[in-house]
Amino acid sequence: MFNYVIRRSIQAIPLLFLISAILFFILSKAPGGPLTPYLQNPHITAADIARLKHNLGLDRPLYVQYLSWLGNVLRGDLGYSMSNSEPVVQAILERLPATLLLMGTSIGFSLLIGVAFGIFAAVKPYSIQDYLITTFAFFGQSMPVFWLALMVQLAFAVYGVTAFGYHFALPSAGISSSDTFDLGDRVQHLLLPMLVLSFLNIATWSRFTRSSMLEVIKTDYMRTATAKGLSPLTVILRHGLKNALIPVVTIVALSAPALVAGAVVTETIFAWPGMGRLFINALGQFDFALLMGYLVLISFLVVLFNLLADVAYAWLDPRVKYD
Amino acid sequence: MATTAVPGALPVTTAEDEVHIERHGVWKRFRRHKLAIAGAIVLCVIALIAVFAKFLAPADPNYIDQVHWQGYPLAPNVAGHLLGTDENGRDLLSRLMFGAQISLTVAIFAVLMEIVIGTTLGAISGYYGGYVDYWIMRLTDVFLSIPLLPLLLVLTAIVSATSNKAALSFGVIVVIIGATSWPGTARLVRGSFLSLREKEFAEAARALGNKDGRIIFRHLLPNAVAPIIVQGTLDVANVIVLESTLSFLGFGIQPPTASWGNMLANAEANMSIAPWVAIFPGLCILITVLSVNYLGDGLRDALDPNMR
Repeated sequence: MFNYVIRRSIQAIPLLFLISAILFFILSKAPGGPLTPYLQNPHITAADIARLKHNLGLDRPLYVQYLSWLGNVLRGDLGYSMSNSEPVVQAILERLPATLLLMGTSIGFSLLIGVAFGIFAAVKPYSIQDYLITTFAFFGQSMPVFWLALMVQLAFAVYGVTAFGYHFALPSAGISSSDTFDLGDRVQHLLLPMLVLSFLNIATWSRFTRSSMLEVIKTDYMRTATAKGLSPLTVILRHGLKNALIPVVTIVALSAPALVAGAVVTETIFAWPGMGRLFINALGQFDFALLMGYLVLISFLVVLFNLLADVAYAWLDPRVKYD
Repeated sequence: MATTAVPGALPVTTAEDEVHIERHGVWKRFRRHKLAIAGAIVLCVIALIAVFAKFLAPADPNYIDQVHWQGYPLAPNVAGHLLGTDENGRDLLSRLMFGAQISLTVAIFAVLMEIVIGTTLGAISGYYGGYVDYWIMRLTDVFLSIPLLPLLLVLTAIVSATSNKAALSFGVIVVIIGATSWPGTARLVRGSFLSLREKEFAEAARALGNKDGRIIFRHLLPNAVAPIIVQGTLDVANVIVLESTLSFLGFGIQPPTASWGNMLANAEANMSIAPWVAIFPGLCILITVLSVNYLGDGLRDALDPNMR
C-alpha cells in the first residue's frame, strides 16, 4: 500500500511539470507577456517597455524564462501580482480560506444530500420517488450555474420569503456584514452561494450513487443479509451503502475541475472574497504572475484529488490489487 | 448510425440484413425513451426559430424602441413587446431568437472541431500504442487537469489583449472551445481502438495489406462511432453552458451581438425592477441544455445499451 502511494505520487510529478510548462507557454502568447497591462498605458513608451523587458529578463528565450519561473516557484515564490500590488503567494493565501470554506461546506452538503437522494431512488427503482430524483438530477446537470445564482438571489435576496408572518431575506453579496465575527451572520452569507455551488454536484452524485446502489442491491451478500433477518434499513445502510460508496469516491474526485469552475462563477456573482473572484479580477488586467499562480494551483489541486481518489479506492476496496 | 456490419472482412451474405435489423433496434430503443423524443422535438423547434429568426422576430435585435423606452426596461406585454425589453430598450424576444443562433452554432461547430481533434488523436493513440500513445495521453492528462472554464477565460483574455475585445468573434470562441475540450473524446476513442485493433477483422484488414490510415478510418472508426455520437451530443450541452458562462462574464460573444449569456450580464443590476430580463435568457439556456441532455441519454440507451 505504502509503495503504491509513493509510486502514484511520483507519477504525478512529471504531469505537474508538463502542466506548468504548457500554461507558461500559453500565457506568454499574450502580446506583452507579463507586461501586457502596460501596453495599454499611454504614459509608458515603447522604449520603457523594451527597458522593462530587458530588466525583467523577458527578452531571454522562453524556456529560460520558464526555468527561472520554476526555480522561483520551487523556492515558494510565485512572483509579484501587479493588480493587487502584493506577492502572488500572499494574495492567494488571503483568499484561500474563503474558497476552502465555500468548497468544503458545499462538498459536505452535496455528499449528504446526493447520497441520500441516490439511496432513495435506488431502493425503489422506477417508482415516483426515483422518477422525481432522476428528473431533479437532469435539471441539476443542465442548469447554468450563473443563472441559478441570479435566480436564487432574485428569490431569496431581492424578494425574500414570507412565512409564519415573518419576512426573511438573505444577503446576496459578501462573506460577512461587519468585521466582528458573528456565526449567524456568517452562516446567512454562506447559505446561498453554498447551495448554488452544490446544485450540480448533488445532481451528478445522486445519479452515480443510484446506479452504484442498484448494482450492490443485486449482489449475493445483500440477499444473505436480508435472509439473516436483518431489517431492510440495516441491510441498505450497513451492508449496501458501504460498498455502494466506493465508486462514489472516484466521482467526487473527478468533480474537482467542475467545482473550481463553479466557484469562479459563484464567487463572482455573490462577491465572495475567494480565489475565484481574485482570478476574475486579475483577468481583466492580465496579471500574468497571478493568473499563472492560480492556474497552476488549481491544476495541482485537481491532480491531488485524482491521486487521493485512486489511493482511497485501493484502500476501501479490498478487491482492488494495488501493485 | 451504428452499423455492426463487419467492414474489411470477407463479404458476409447476411450483412445487409444485419444492418437493417440493428438500425431497427436502435430506432425502437430510442422511441421508447419518451423524454429523448420530447428533447429532440424541442430542439428542432428551437433550431427552426434560430434559422428563421430574421423572419420570425418581431423587431431587429439591436433596434432601440425610443418611442416607449425611458431608460428602464419595459415590462412584458408593454408597447407590443411580448417579453418586454432589456435595459437598453431592445426587444427581448427578438434578442432571444437571435441569441439562439449564436448558442446553437457555437455549440455545433465547437463540438465538431472537438470530435475531429479528439477522434484523430484518440485513434492514433489507441492504434499505434507505445511512445505515440504515451505522449498523446500525457497531453490529454494535462488538459483534463486544468479546469476548463478558467483555461478558456485566460485564452479569451489573451485574444482580447492581443487586439481588442471586439476580436472575440464567433469564430474565435468556437476555435478556443474546440481546441481545449477534445481530451474526453480522445480518451473515449482510444479506449475503443485498444480493443478494436485486436479484433479479427482488423487483423484481416492488415493481412490484406491495407495502409494504416485506411485501417483506422475505414475499418476501425465506423465501429467506434456510437459512443462518439453520444459523447458529442452531451458535449453540445456542455458547450452551450460554457459559451453562455463566458459571455456572461464578458469574455465570450461581445455586445451588441445578442447571446443568451451576455444578455444576462447586465441583468443583475436591474434585477429588482426588471426580473424578466434575468429570467427569460436563462430559461432558454436551461430548456435547450435539458433537451440536449435528454436526447443524449436516449441516444446512449439506443446506440449502446451496455454503456451505462
